[in-house]
Amino acid sequence: MEFESVIGLEVHVQIKTRTKIFCGCPTTFGGEPNSQICPVCAGYPGVLPVLNRKVVRELARTALALKARVNSHSIFARKQYFYPDLPKNYQISQYELPLAEKGELSFTLDGQTRTIGIHRIHLEEDAGKLLHAVGNKALNHTLVDLNRTGVPLMEIVSEPDLRTPEEASEYLSTLRTRLRYLDVSDCNMEEGTMRCDANVSIRPRGQTSLGTKAEIKNMNSFKAVRDALSHEIRRQEQAVQAGERIVQETRLWDAARGVTISMRSKEEAHDYRYFPEPDLVPIHLDAAALEDLRKTIPEMPEQKRARYADQWGLSAYDVNVLTENPSLSGYYEETLTSSWPSEQQAEAAKPVANWVTTDLLGRLNAEHIDPADSPLTPARLGELVMLIQDGVISGKIAKTVFDEMWTTGRAAKDIVQAKGLVQVTDEGAIARWADEVISANEKAAREYREGNERAIGALVGAVLKKSAGKANPQLVNKILREKLSSKPS
Amino acid sequence: MSVTWTARNIADHVRAKKLSAQAVLQSFLERQEKWEPKIQSFLVRTRDQALVQARQIDERVTRGEPVGPLAGVPIAIKDNMCVQGLKTTCASKILESFVAPYDATVIRRLREADAVLVGKTNMDEFAMGSSTENSAFQTTRNPWNTDCIPGGSSGGSAAAVAARLAAAALGSDTGGSIRQPAACCGVVGLKPTYGLVSRYGLVAFASSLDQIGPFTWNVGDAALILQVIAGHDPLDSTSVDRPVPHYTNALTGSVKGLRIGLPDEYFVKGLDPEVERAVLESVRVFESLGATVQKISLPHTEYAVAVYYILAPSEASANLARYDGVRYGHRSGNAKNLLEQYELSRQEGFGSEVKRRIMLGTYALSAGYYDAYYLKAQKVRTLIQRDFDSAFKQVDVILTPTAPTPAFRLGEKSGDPLQMYLSDIFTISCNMAGLPGLSMPCGFSSAGLPIGLQLMGRPFEEETVLNAAHSYEQATSWVREPTLS
Repeated sequence: MEFESVIGLEVHVQIKTRTKIFCGCPTTFGGEPNSQICPVCAGYPGVLPVLNRKVVRELARTALALKARVNSHSIFARKQYFYPDLPKNYQISQYELPLAEKGELSFTLDGQTRTIGIHRIHLEEDAGKLLHAVGNKALNHTLVDLNRTGVPLMEIVSEPDLRTPEEASEYLSTLRTRLRYLDVSDCNMEEGTMRCDANVSIRPRGQTSLGTKAEIKNMNSFKAVRDALSHEIRRQEQAVQAGERIVQETRLWDAARGVTISMRSKEEAHDYRYFPEPDLVPIHLDAAALEDLRKTIPEMPEQKRARYADQWGLSAYDVNVLTENPSLSGYYEETLTSSWPSEQQAEAAKPVANWVTTDLLGRLNAEHIDPADSPLTPARLGELVMLIQDGVISGKIAKTVFDEMWTTGRAAKDIVQAKGLVQVTDEGAIARWADEVISANEKAAREYREGNERAIGALVGAVLKKSAGKANPQLVNKILREKLSSKPS
Repeated sequence: MSVTWTARNIADHVRAKKLSAQAVLQSFLERQEKWEPKIQSFLVRTRDQALVQARQIDERVTRGEPVGPLAGVPIAIKDNMCVQGLKTTCASKILESFVAPYDATVIRRLREADAVLVGKTNMDEFAMGSSTENSAFQTTRNPWNTDCIPGGSSGGSAAAVAARLAAAALGSDTGGSIRQPAACCGVVGLKPTYGLVSRYGLVAFASSLDQIGPFTWNVGDAALILQVIAGHDPLDSTSVDRPVPHYTNALTGSVKGLRIGLPDEYFVKGLDPEVERAVLESVRVFESLGATVQKISLPHTEYAVAVYYILAPSEASANLARYDGVRYGHRSGNAKNLLEQYELSRQEGFGSEVKRRIMLGTYALSAGYYDAYYLKAQKVRTLIQRDFDSAFKQVDVILTPTAPTPAFRLGEKSGDPLQMYLSDIFTISCNMAGLPGLSMPCGFSSAGLPIGLQLMGRPFEEETVLNAAHSYEQATSWVREPTLS
């Protein structure tokens, strides 16, 4: 029997705010345990939540960017369960009347465009963190860190429209890019600012009703999502083929062993006893407020891609790399627009793209620096590319200059001057080097003359070496060819 | 001075340098020494802090600096409101050791008004009860008859004011917990409109019903204290942002043309004949003062108790989930794992009425029962609110008995939760609709126990309620001091 898998994703995203969702505690990552808590987020007797309005605005902006309907009237609910990382033993979330519903997200995979429905987007507060002193007899207990308690989250629930692990991964990465463009979240799966659970079922191809689903948790990277889903789909197929019945349950992905493990069955599932949160008033968002928010939505990646291709003629590859991260595309655009007048930008677009996507991005990634924080500013990079364009330095020398700029922050011009790296375009000097090289490399010279075009490479390299890399490669090439096509001297 | 002085009187004298705050406090402390062992209204008294506070007020008066409207007024606080550095136990073992790390908004406002905090008062555990017998720590007695209950859940506050162990007190009212004990103890008790007084720092019982309000010797003091504690608080999202009227100025003493409604559903079988007689007598007083009285109907009244005992426990079941022994309060020493830590801490820490209500609420919110109980109750709550909306188109205030009987005897109903629940039959609807409600003395039973009448008004029309009550108080002489022996 041939099966089709059906996947829906529940994505939790930390909304970027200075303070928590219901109190004034900071949301900064990595503080001393329990240094960012107050009576409100620690669930002390008598405290009350006060909504951070920014989270409403950020969720509404996200909803607009995902073509979702923003409800003008929305309410909070208490989701009840006992766990030590949840100080009130209920989580303030949304159940009935979430802030947004019915959106969509499209992506292209293997040349095909897929549009995935978004069921709902709602607000909730994060729980704390438990630190287990595993195996330590002296510390035979579990410690609770509430710094993360009350950090604002939005949960984006997709429709079961995804069909393969690759699609799920692509949906997730498209969503991440979109959220980064909106600047609503860092969406870092490793740091936990983006988390993903999946509902997976299989059915015989052609069947329209849904099979029994399993919920997969504990997938901490894009790779984990793909691996866990592939494994789970295979597990369900094998089970059905062996005549077993799939049971509704929650399963945990064990990345080390590469398997999903049953955590609890439907019968053991929590009854969360949701009911409307009486300590908070309903959220009202009128049409005018929504219109104001709509104006704050920046150009989205797909629009940007079209513009880069259109306006600057960049390749699909360059466009994709540049627009993956809004911070990188911002860097790219600033380099281009700050250094060249608009009529010259099309000509500079490709070389600048090359520098940004290779040398710059390589250095940024190696040192885990966001493009916005690059020690090498867009204006400085623009100057470097201009020096190459003007023939002042060769591309090869430029790499050395780039390294120097990265570490010292000095301007390209100053480095070139101080180190005497100006390109040699003096034809007389190059001709002298060429003569010396030809006489020293008779074998290569002969081969070229006999028709082996590739033999010239070694000669060009030798001339460049003699010039300490400063000779203009085009001139070297031209002069060598002229000399070799005339009689040997 | 005499301890029967009103808060207003005390503050005026302190401000005018005619009396020191320390002297006032001393008189009350002496009276506490004498009678508190008998009444048992306080869980903790804060003599030393109060002395410091009183001295500082006097020093400011001496220096000619301004002091607040409650300057030197000794005030008692129900033990479900957080006072920084003091235990806040809610009369529960589970919070026996809990010291509040912050001040409730009402406490901050009282301090700013220069009231002197003299202690935390006894109550039914987590404000669940009508007799204060559900306290885990002690039994508070009614100053009019120490074999009787003081009412509840704010019984300690009511008894403290009635016995003049404090000039005034704060209580909280979820289904009658200010008004019913005020009636039992013969003092004035006001439950403000939901949203008028901040709940920040009030340990929640049922969040959509809880309100803080004053117990006072007379109506003028209720207006004075409400003035201090009312008003928007950014820390409570359900507190309403609207200007606070001048309550004491609203006490004109005239009720000419005031339209009073008497709901049929509140004068029914089960109402004690002495209570009925006293309340109807008060109606004649109002008429003689120029008010007009008409019968009205609040047809959904009979469902109020049932609806209340679904909604309040539902909210309570979530509100009380945080008492788990993880961060503060009682943690069982007998637990072998996490589940046992939860179960044993709560089993050992909560009393039986609290457990009963947690179970009721948990049941009502469970999957499969939610629609039939919680949701249905919410719908009936809306119907009860509509009853009042339409009644208030015909009348300005509604007058009823506060409780069906005067204070009953200690132990009389403690074995029968249903009988106990019916003590609040006349006060619950007011919370459902979020209205202001006031209880004040309107007579005494043949056994010498106070009888209370209740006045309810439109939302945020405390002025109308207070003025009606004040006018009645001026025309009668039911503000009396119990003879303690």
